Amino acid sequence: MVFLIQQTMLYAVPLMIVALAGVCAERSGVINLALEGIMIFGAFMGVVFVRIFQEAGWTQDQGQIIMIISLFLTGICGIAFSMLLAFSAINLRADQTIGGTALNMLAPAIVMFFIYMIVQQNTMGMASGGAAGWFMIKPQTFGLPKGHSWGPIIDLFINKVYLTTYICIIIFVLVSIFLYKTKTGLRLRSCGENPQAADSLGINVHKMRYLGVGLSGFLAGVGGFTFSMTTANMTSNGDVAGYGFLALAVMIFGNWTPLNIAFGSILFGLFKCIAATYATLDINGDGVYTLNELGISPYVYRMLPYIITLIVLAFTSKSSRVPKAEGIPYDKGQR
Amino acid sequence: MPRLEPGTGKTKWYRSDGAVAVYSALISILIGMAVGAIIVVVVGLLKSNISPAGIWEGIRLVFLGVFSTGRSGSALSFGFNGVNLGNMLFRATPLIMTGLSVAVAFKTGLFNIGAAGQFLMGTMGTLSVGLWMGWAGVHPFIAWICAFLTGVILGGLWGAIPGLFKAFLNINEVITCIMTNWIAANLVTWWFDSHEIFKNSAEGGKVGYIIPLKNVGVVTPKMLMDVLFKGSQANGGFWIAIIIAIAMWIMMTKTTFGYELRACGSNRHAAKYAGINDKKNIILSMAIAGCLAAAGASLYYLSGNTEFYWSTYQKLPAEGFNGIPVALLAANHPIGVIFSGIFMSMLNISGIQLKYLTAYNEYISDIIIAVIVYLSAFSMLFKTVLSKKLRKGTGGNVNAEPEPVKTEEAVPTEDAEPVPELKTFDEEVREDYKELMGESAEKVQTESEEGGEI
Repeated sequence: MVFLIQQTMLYAVPLMIVALAGVCAERSGVINLALEGIMIFGAFMGVVFVRIFQEAGWTQDQGQIIMIISLFLTGICGIAFSMLLAFSAINLRADQTIGGTALNMLAPAIVMFFIYMIVQQNTMGMASGGAAGWFMIKPQTFGLPKGHSWGPIIDLFINKVYLTTYICIIIFVLVSIFLYKTKTGLRLRSCGENPQAADSLGINVHKMRYLGVGLSGFLAGVGGFTFSMTTANMTSNGDVAGYGFLALAVMIFGNWTPLNIAFGSILFGLFKCIAATYATLDINGDGVYTLNELGISPYVYRMLPYIITLIVLAFTSKSSRVPKAEGIPYDKGQR
Repeated sequence: MPRLEPGTGKTKWYRSDGAVAVYSALISILIGMAVGAIIVVVVGLLKSNISPAGIWEGIRLVFLGVFSTGRSGSALSFGFNGVNLGNMLFRATPLIMTGLSVAVAFKTGLFNIGAAGQFLMGTMGTLSVGLWMGWAGVHPFIAWICAFLTGVILGGLWGAIPGLFKAFLNINEVITCIMTNWIAANLVTWWFDSHEIFKNSAEGGKVGYIIPLKNVGVVTPKMLMDVLFKGSQANGGFWIAIIIAIAMWIMMTKTTFGYELRACGSNRHAAKYAGINDKKNIILSMAIAGCLAAAGASLYYLSGNTEFYWSTYQKLPAEGFNGIPVALLAANHPIGVIFSGIFMSMLNISGIQLKYLTAYNEYISDIIIAVIVYLSAFSMLFKTVLSKKLRKGTGGNVNAEPEPVKTEEAVPTEDAEPVPELKTFDEEVREDYKELMGESAEKVQTESEEGGEI
């Protein structure tokens, strides 16, 4: 059970961070289809930063510090990359879907180009060691011997988990507070609903949309780093397995509200986890691999997250609350 | 609306909307390739193992890779390379088809990002039926037709799913397309994984691949391509793609059905008000898009010697996504798609030349394509600037007659009373509007002018 929950969180955390990234942009009125691209770029930059720290002589004991600094720097890179989308969508009022698609194509191209230039192969990993050894929280992190156990409850929280799970919870709280409890958040949301009205009240729509896309870029970059660390062993190969798009689906599924998104991403994480581990999954600990013995093709499990998204979307489409001005370039002349 | 000629009442060809679209596409291409060249230079300067001569080789290959004939001695040589040119057309075939798929959906106001999934469904249908009929001893021609049609129909049905979601539940087609892509990837892998007979177990080292169709003789005839481009993979599929593109152009511009599709694309609600069945058109448009993408897959695998790696559940085919830049670069014009498809595959070939002949790698051509797509989002800006430049002439002879406004500006008067500038009514309104609304006015004007098309 502990294993299942921890595995689910591995898949759910990047999804949740990136879906929240999507919310920030879409609530300000910009469709951020580039989430996938920003994640790919973030994953790559994350690996680059970690390698830089490793080559500068930092050791495994400082793993958590390296991770936090790299995470932050990766977020900054995400902002820089997302500005390409912001510029085309806000200043040039170009089609946001096309702009996002362009970034989704640009990110893997650039990343692959530089990976080949740096390591002459199609995957770039850490300079030495692996993600689990360097960044996972284990008894050794607290100076305890290997194999130490705190009992099932505490183990669930601090044994063999990544710090990003808690960073994700902090991000969730901060984004919720920002969107619903601060003045800026209210203004940002108003730009996604009725920018003309917002502008008439003296809110700078362009600035708010830049803020939304920038925040989105930061979080998507962080999400890319998290994905690379927790599910790809801190490697980058110009691909994040469609997580950016899946996060978009989670966002729509969660009706553009942080709390629903949290539920949605955990549900998704669970299905993803089942697809990856169904063969060795022992839910109630009696030594019987129930899902494996059902004899269902693994491809069914792999398809499940996508099929369920389609079904849920079909049933919830009527109550969907899309930000009204989403995808429409702001035009003062239409006021 | 471009300026009309006083004599004929028509627009000069070089000022028409179509021509301006071509210019803006060419500008995007040039900037994209320039960015590619700049990256070649910068990386070349940073890396110690690339000499200045290597940089110059990289730049030449970015622009002329398709004419490269390898190395003679130590220098690169250029000339007519039948293999490269033929392979360019061969690779262009699926790109033209997926480009058409995206373009037709775009004309109906839908963004078909699901071409990858439709492509996979087409692959599955064509390979399975082609192999099965080949083994059953059906005449190759009939087998070819059946394999092609099965692929196309499967792709069409797959494409219709996002259409149904869009029409009846109003769910954004982008999200459903992405979901159906991954479902298709799993379905196709599942199908081939559970049917061992299709797997190529005869040839060692090719276990991950499906048996190529040439083994059963179900292949597209060469149709002169082997004469024109000796030794390349080019075949009659390219001609078929061109015929389909022309058919699509006729369908979109000359038929009532095409008109209805475009009406739905311009304004779904207005179309509905005018008595057009918008739901039916959305579903049909996506189904046609699916058919086209799948036809690309069919033509690609019916060439015979292309091999399909069946365990594809984690990877979607690049042809599906590359249809998007092809369509965008062609401004969604079916005939334009032929040229942009060829151009994209030319970049592809250049990338391969870069990989084999220099220290650079093939991803530079992906960067160029991405930059071009990014710039095509700006195409409105280019068009505005270009239309303004082209509008400056009056009457038939652009060069002979200088513009009145320009001469006025050229001679600034120091008089106490300023001489009012001579302007046409249109320009005056525009300027007033600009003063009132700030810099955004410029864009609005052109947007309303071009509102009819898309």
